[in-house]
Amino acid sequence: MTKQIHLAAHFPGVNNTTVWSDPESGSHIEFDSFREFARIAEAGKLDFIFLAEGLRLREQNDRIYDLDVVGRPDTFTVLAALAAVTERIGLTGTINSTFNEPYEVARQFASLDHLSAGRAAWNVVTSWDAFTGENFRRGGFLAQVDRYDRAKSFLQTAHELFDSWRGDEVVADKETGTFLADPHPGAFAHHDRFFDIAGQFDVPRSPQGRPVVFQAGDSDEGRDFAAAAADVIFSRHSTLEAGQAFYADVKGRLPRFGRTRDELLIMPAATFVLGDTEVEAAELAQEVRLAQVSPATAIKFLEQLWNRDLSDHDPDGPLPSVDPVVGENTIARGRASVRMHRDPVATAHEWRAKAEAEHLTTRELIVEVTGRQSFIGTPATVAATIDEFVQNDASDGFVLAPHITPGGLGRFVEQVVPLLQERGVFRTDYEGTTLRDHLGLPLRDGDHRSRTLAG
Amino acid sequence: MPDPSSPLHLVAALDGAGWHPAAWREPGARPTELLTAGYWTDLAQEAERGLLDAVTIEDALNLQSDDPFTPDDRTDRVRGRLDAVLVASRVAPTTRHLGFLPTAVVTHTEPFHLSKAIATLDYVSTGRAGVRVQVAARPDTAANFGRRELPPVDRSTAATGPLVTELFDEAAEYVEVLRRLWDSWEDDAEIRDAATGRFVDVDKLHYIDFAGQNFSVRGPSITPRPPQGQPVVAALGHAEGPWRLIGRSADLGFVTPTDAADAARLVAAVRTEQAAAGRSEEPVHVFGDLVVVLDDDATAAADRLARLDDVAGAPLRSDAHVFTGTPAQLADLLAEWQRAGLTGFRLRPAVLPDDLERITRGLVPELRRRGLFRTGYEADTLRGLLGLTRPANRYAHA
Repeated sequence: MTKQIHLAAHFPGVNNTTVWSDPESGSHIEFDSFREFARIAEAGKLDFIFLAEGLRLREQNDRIYDLDVVGRPDTFTVLAALAAVTERIGLTGTINSTFNEPYEVARQFASLDHLSAGRAAWNVVTSWDAFTGENFRRGGFLAQVDRYDRAKSFLQTAHELFDSWRGDEVVADKETGTFLADPHPGAFAHHDRFFDIAGQFDVPRSPQGRPVVFQAGDSDEGRDFAAAAADVIFSRHSTLEAGQAFYADVKGRLPRFGRTRDELLIMPAATFVLGDTEVEAAELAQEVRLAQVSPATAIKFLEQLWNRDLSDHDPDGPLPSVDPVVGENTIARGRASVRMHRDPVATAHEWRAKAEAEHLTTRELIVEVTGRQSFIGTPATVAATIDEFVQNDASDGFVLAPHITPGGLGRFVEQVVPLLQERGVFRTDYEGTTLRDHLGLPLRDGDHRSRTLAG
Repeated sequence: MPDPSSPLHLVAALDGAGWHPAAWREPGARPTELLTAGYWTDLAQEAERGLLDAVTIEDALNLQSDDPFTPDDRTDRVRGRLDAVLVASRVAPTTRHLGFLPTAVVTHTEPFHLSKAIATLDYVSTGRAGVRVQVAARPDTAANFGRRELPPVDRSTAATGPLVTELFDEAAEYVEVLRRLWDSWEDDAEIRDAATGRFVDVDKLHYIDFAGQNFSVRGPSITPRPPQGQPVVAALGHAEGPWRLIGRSADLGFVTPTDAADAARLVAAVRTEQAAAGRSEEPVHVFGDLVVVLDDDATAAADRLARLDDVAGAPLRSDAHVFTGTPAQLADLLAEWQRAGLTGFRLRPAVLPDDLERITRGLVPELRRRGLFRTGYEADTLRGLLGLTRPANRYAHA
């Protein structure tokens, strides 16, 4: 059977994917940018828009990192405002489980779900660094080994809060004077080593019951967390074969948690460059990559792996001959990607070998290892490639991250979406009203996931 | 100091179906829609048609109860509500001039989160945001967070006990953090300098390095300085602790006078705290809070209240004066209390939308006839409507 593709739009982030120097690049903070971005995505009938979050401005070499876009709005607040200027598109926000408390986050998501008539989604992320914790009264330090345990407990507790109202309590019968059918609604009690709370939740059940839950980690632990508790995995884009392996692995874990294959969607992040011809697209893609990796940015990337000050290094020369400093990364702070460098010395050797074999300068090497877009080509080839990935079970769709704010999605919506619609693999209009409708996910109702998470 | 002879300011206080516990049973009430965006949009747009300065939206981090200190398990009252900051943000893009002062609890929450939330509300409303800060002394609220235990409230000293003093001192620190974070980006920090590849000038981003009795926060904010520079900070006070908070930290205080003489006393109390905090030269508004039951004649208004009380099973009790009468009589009272030093009023409609519409369609024209209220919106920001200038950034070099 032909699978239907799910597509979403990632508001351009505070990283070097976003080309802020382009003349068409608009504000990252004015609401008009968000409104325009959401309008384009909704015109394309996309499933949802996606916002990332970071709770401390990044630093490198003990200074605030100034080469990328810096600054963003509060996630919940801007999503609530976007609910006012859109009608159907889902609203996905990244919210940290380390620097928040379940009662507050649950009432914010339940409120957002009410205010958007059932379009809220939560990308649950974890963190443990004391660096970010310096912005919070609760402090930040959480042992790294505890972060998934706390995230699981946080999500479990939030689900208990969402489920604490069944949905039939408010009757509001003016004649009899009965507002509530239940004198003590929203009762909950959760006691574990992370959260010791009890009382009554104060937001009645929202249209989706629970917001759609996203999870992003791709470690073994992260995959289990997703298989147990998430509705969507927000993963990294890869080759068809690697995507298929990831897809098979994660979907294969679902039965262990009492779930079926269609209860968890896999949606990698993806970038794209479109052209009228393949050659034009390839040239444009190279231009974009060079804009994304300026000489200064190339050095910063180098430092993130090398974990040392390389500000004197020539970006147009070969890679450094010294090896990375191993151990805790002290050069770049507030940047999750440095944790991807699990064996910096081995990676440096690989990069050096590649640079020597292909005669690449430092900057060219960085362009090669960091900057390649997921989909490059004419609208027809990009549509065909996306369809191929989905029909061959390398993904269920993609979260598209354009490199221009806010208009970078426009051409995709105008030229690629119609081709997918012609193929019969993407909706021509919204069929339901909630994000769960768009994603084909069932309503959740105090279900097995609470038990599996607790277990 | 705001000029006492200038037109007065009006804020409508929105809460559920209205401030009378039986409000939800009135014919015009929409008790099944209290959790929908449409309900709040209609109320805000009505307030804007009346050219009001702003609306407040009540909130708390616990289920409502008639008892101010413990849950009451009543089934005949409105229960359940939405996060007020998010309601304000959902409604703001559907309005153009109205200010928004959602309530935010500052006892169990993170100032870093609230600072960026209100800054973002300021962005989505293009300069019409504020926040009404509120402490939470209830033990059941604390139990929802589980991070600190609060003792059972001593009802005899509920407004003045040591816990209250402690919570309001903490609130003052909290507001200091909000304000520093709003200033932690200079207005022109974003430079987009293609020549050097720098998006921001890091010399214009500032660590706030706040270290107080209750917490420390490093900064800078992740959100650039909001359009108003400093969104409006408001607080309600019935006693010395909150008056001190208003005097030290707020742009706008709400007090609850019983008559004109009491209004003068309360204004003086706030001014004393303002002076003690060294802020005598700064404009701080003091608004009087009133619950209002309005009708075409005084008897009809009194009858409405009697009927509501009858439905509720008890006379309305409130921390604020309950006014019943005509819009003209209310205008008389507001003018008299204004002469006692109040610069505006926060009116709590007993029934929504009925008493809100009587404010916007009855009281407002009446005040306007007397030259006491605006005939059009004269500013695009909430600070502008309140006659407050856009403040300089505390971190910017002259």
